[in-house]
Amino acid sequence: MKAGAAATGAAALPMPFVRGAAAQARNETLVAISENGPNSLDIMGVGANRPAYEASWNIHDRLMTYGVKKDPNGNDHYDYAKLAPELAESWDLKPGSVTFKLRRDAKFHDGTPVTAKDVKWSFDRAVTVGGFPTFQMKAGSLEKPEQFVAVDDHTFRVDFLRADKLTMPDLGVVVPAVINSGAGKKHATEKDPWAMDWYKTNHASGGAYKVARFTPGTEIVYERNDAWKSGPLPSIKRVVWRIVPSSGNRRALLERGDADICLDMASKDFAEMAAAKKLKVIGTPVENALQYIGMNVTKPPFDNVKVRRAIAYAIPYEKIMQQAVFNRAEPMFGAAESAMNANWPQKSPFKTDIAMAKKLLAESGAGDISTVFSFDLGLAGVNEPIAILIQESLAQIGIKTSINKVPGANWRGELLKKEMPLITNTFGGWLNYPEYFFFWCYHGQNAVFNTMSYKSPAMDKLIETARFETDAAKYEAAVKGFVQLAWDDVPRIPLYQPYLDVAMQPGISGYRYWFHRQLDYRQLKKG
Amino acid sequence: MKSALAHARYVLGDNVVTAFAFGMFALFLVMAAVGPWIVPYDPLANGPNPLEPPSSRHWFGTDQTGRDIFSRVVAATQLDFAIAFASVALAFGAGTLAGIAAGFFGGWWERIIGRMVDTIMAFPLFVLAMGIVAAMGNTIFNIVLATGIINFPIYARVARAEANVIRNAGYIEAARIAGYGETRILFTQILPNIMPIMVVQISLTMGYAILNAAGLSFIGLGVRPPTAEWGIMVSDGANFIQNGQWWIAAFPGLVLMLAVFCFNLLGDGLRDMIDPRRRT
Amino acid sequence: MLSMILRRLASAIPSLIGVVIVTFVLTRALPGDPAAYYAGPAATKEAIEQIRVKLGLDKGLGEQFVDYVGALARGELGNSISTGQPVAHELLTRLPASIELTLLGLIFAIGVAVPLGVFAALRPNSWVDHVCRVIATAGVSLPIFFTGLLMIYVFYFLLGIAPPPLGRIEVFYSPPTHVTGFFLVDSLLDGDLGVFLAAVKQLVLPALTLGIFALAPIARMTRASMLSALSSDFVRTARASGLGSFKVVVGYALRNALLPVVTVLGMVFSFLLGANVLVEKVFAWPGIGSYAIEALIQSDYAPVQGFVLVMAFMYVGLNLAIDVLYGVIDPRISMAT
Repeated sequence: MKAGAAATGAAALPMPFVRGAAAQARNETLVAISENGPNSLDIMGVGANRPAYEASWNIHDRLMTYGVKKDPNGNDHYDYAKLAPELAESWDLKPGSVTFKLRRDAKFHDGTPVTAKDVKWSFDRAVTVGGFPTFQMKAGSLEKPEQFVAVDDHTFRVDFLRADKLTMPDLGVVVPAVINSGAGKKHATEKDPWAMDWYKTNHASGGAYKVARFTPGTEIVYERNDAWKSGPLPSIKRVVWRIVPSSGNRRALLERGDADICLDMASKDFAEMAAAKKLKVIGTPVENALQYIGMNVTKPPFDNVKVRRAIAYAIPYEKIMQQAVFNRAEPMFGAAESAMNANWPQKSPFKTDIAMAKKLLAESGAGDISTVFSFDLGLAGVNEPIAILIQESLAQIGIKTSINKVPGANWRGELLKKEMPLITNTFGGWLNYPEYFFFWCYHGQNAVFNTMSYKSPAMDKLIETARFETDAAKYEAAVKGFVQLAWDDVPRIPLYQPYLDVAMQPGISGYRYWFHRQLDYRQLKKG
Repeated sequence: MKSALAHARYVLGDNVVTAFAFGMFALFLVMAAVGPWIVPYDPLANGPNPLEPPSSRHWFGTDQTGRDIFSRVVAATQLDFAIAFASVALAFGAGTLAGIAAGFFGGWWERIIGRMVDTIMAFPLFVLAMGIVAAMGNTIFNIVLATGIINFPIYARVARAEANVIRNAGYIEAARIAGYGETRILFTQILPNIMPIMVVQISLTMGYAILNAAGLSFIGLGVRPPTAEWGIMVSDGANFIQNGQWWIAAFPGLVLMLAVFCFNLLGDGLRDMIDPRRRT
Repeated sequence: MLSMILRRLASAIPSLIGVVIVTFVLTRALPGDPAAYYAGPAATKEAIEQIRVKLGLDKGLGEQFVDYVGALARGELGNSISTGQPVAHELLTRLPASIELTLLGLIFAIGVAVPLGVFAALRPNSWVDHVCRVIATAGVSLPIFFTGLLMIYVFYFLLGIAPPPLGRIEVFYSPPTHVTGFFLVDSLLDGDLGVFLAAVKQLVLPALTLGIFALAPIARMTRASMLSALSSDFVRTARASGLGSFKVVVGYALRNALLPVVTVLGMVFSFLLGANVLVEKVFAWPGIGSYAIEALIQSDYAPVQGFVLVMAFMYVGLNLAIDVLYGVIDPRISMAT
């Protein structure tokens, strides 16, 4: 820490030739580093990456945000059950619609007042442009521009297509950001009515931070919007987000104090930094997310449920926890009682039992098995140890496995083909409901995330019941039902619920875990 | 033969560094030939003690999955030498022949070969290697092919330049008068006389081939783990340096450096031996 | 001379055509499916097919090539998937960073390697020769990314005398007003010594890493060709005629020895711009090398194509300059082509 401070101290000495380059007060600037930066400032843009969500989240307002609660470790955690005002001061929820009262003093960064017209333009854009944003809006039954009505300048109504308990939470996620429609319409063209091109590198936002400088691939610098009214004014005045491709360097920068915060390192680094206690390391289990082993039930021998169950008992769970993820995860195996509640993720009843695995394999009558285990090379840090450990373990019960490393760029394409017999993969859903997870991963609609090509009418029925059931007892029964079925049929073997790890300087407080797994600068404080 | 050996002994005795390089090279050859059979542990087998520092049990320590680094370093010699020899053979063979043909015959030879060389040279060489391996898949064959292709122009260019200069020399004219055909002149007069400069290049290319493979591994386009290859061991181990586990990258890095070092010094020594102007 | 230049330019066209074709083929053969990327994480097979048609990726390779060349003729290099920016614009803004770094590395390398090679050649097989050889060779024997990481570890992490490897300029400085794009030049033009020093500080370690790697070929070639030159007839004659040692070494021997060295310099510069790619990754340097590598790994082919084409044009110019230099230094080289 000393050397870094000394360097900036020296730079802050007044020099006769220096023009405006004096160091900003270190306490008011947050230096964040990561491997990749935002590839767009437009959340609704094509192929916007994860860091782009972080950018959008901090520079735009949404109608509502989520409240906060404490997690079991005492850290701040967004509360998905509690919606809080942001751009909307209050709202009136009726069975067929919800009416928002927008605050009257909100202005965009260019000074124009925020009105309901802007909200409608932004929402129309979100459901029209296609790709991921439209898909996410649809998850909450937000599908048609006709649903969005600007009643007057400060009143905005959303009409529901159907009763969907996910509609309100869906209005608080990253996608329905409120964009300055005046600027947008100015730069729209006939071929590009939503100004998608202009928005790639420009922004017309009104959130707590504005973009001071954006060099894609290198850095992005934010400055606080001192006129922000949609929430308490953030403490940090300036955020510099730099791209540092080498993970060893990211760690060195943090440990020397030249960077403040980073969530982009290997589990091993976080485990070691947490043990060393010089930096603050916060690990939060990622909601509704699981790392799992998937078996394609249409590809023999994985169409045989006994084979699948045998493999479930052959997985070296503990070794994977230690060697792949250094215990920076919640184990999701070895439950004493199967499907005991309606929480998700929850532990499966499987544990490492080679004898049981051999027995089940013999009972299955499958004979000698030789198969291919595939994983996403883009996430090799975690996937590779898992692959090697599983290869060893399966060999013990007589299954020969060869390893197929799929380059990151190809992984999604390969998943879509649904040809891979045995894989490891991870999936997490933004909306923290078990039926949401199961809808994408186990439902017979065979979405891309149902990597096992699993189809079961019984499962579909239980999922549909849970999605639309309003009675609490019946809902719980449905959830327990589909979880138990997932264990009985076991097309997918859960391994663990990964942590979202963040490392920061000890003087930084206020970190809050968000469902988008990126940083929200508005709550952070330095020193 | 006797005088050649005597000459070799003279050169070696004269130059201690060259002698040292020859000694190292001999040692490496032995390691490459029998290495995989004499190592204490299986280079590909995971072990129960990951990240163990060097000890009496594991001389070079273990890596993140418990593999013995000493065994892997010795076993890797075979693969790295194979890559080096194969790439150099390809580049040297094709490049030298093409270059002297272009330099000596001129005309269409020079034009076509010149264009080929220029096309390859117009690419940033490492990026071309990256591109070839990325497009064709990272197998050892493709790595050798890519390395051979990107080194072809160096040989061709230098060979052409030298042949261009030499073709007007007196002894060439004399050979023509003596009735030697053009091709015979090419192989018996031109080729030996450009060898000193070419041989220097060979040593560098062998070293570069190994370093190229290491660079490709760093960006994920090298050989696939768990193959034991110096470059990928260094690039994997580089992530552990900051955490204090220096041995994972240091030992393969050291051996890699020694090997490349030895190739480079070897080239100098060979040149001293072959250069006719240094013979007394 | 002029006619030679024009002839060389004309003869460079086939190789440029070759480059365009090879680049197109290689990048089309890259793994990955841009259509799947654009369609988003939850897209169905049909959605991806739609996007594929929209992007023109369903056309045959021949048709795609024609489209590609047409776009090139208009100066359009396409857009990057990962940054969303036009490739041409990004290359232009990032090029000065790479050139500044490479030039500095090369200058350092020449400044150290040529004298090393000369000294070694003047006293062959002495301890001077050995030491020179060992120094030069050691530099090139380690993988360049390892050297870079090692330097960061020693000078930044352990000793704290080097600045953090965060790119061209520290977090708290604004880049100088853009004139040439070279921070060293622009900051002086701005009259801003603070920024100049900050930029120098950031340049030292990466330039050293590059330079160390280039020492060996230059020193080696200098030594080898100096040895050839020193033992040649004209040098013996010069010595016998009683010319001073300095004049013999520099005026006669070195000048003649420079020819192969110049060849090597050209290759070293081109090879440094390739090795740049690794150094830029290690030092988070925002040049075209890191740009191309990030794109290559994500199978984002437009930036890779653009990068290679820009490089190709630069090298044609560079090779031409070298050939002209050849002719100036050694009139024996036939100009018949």
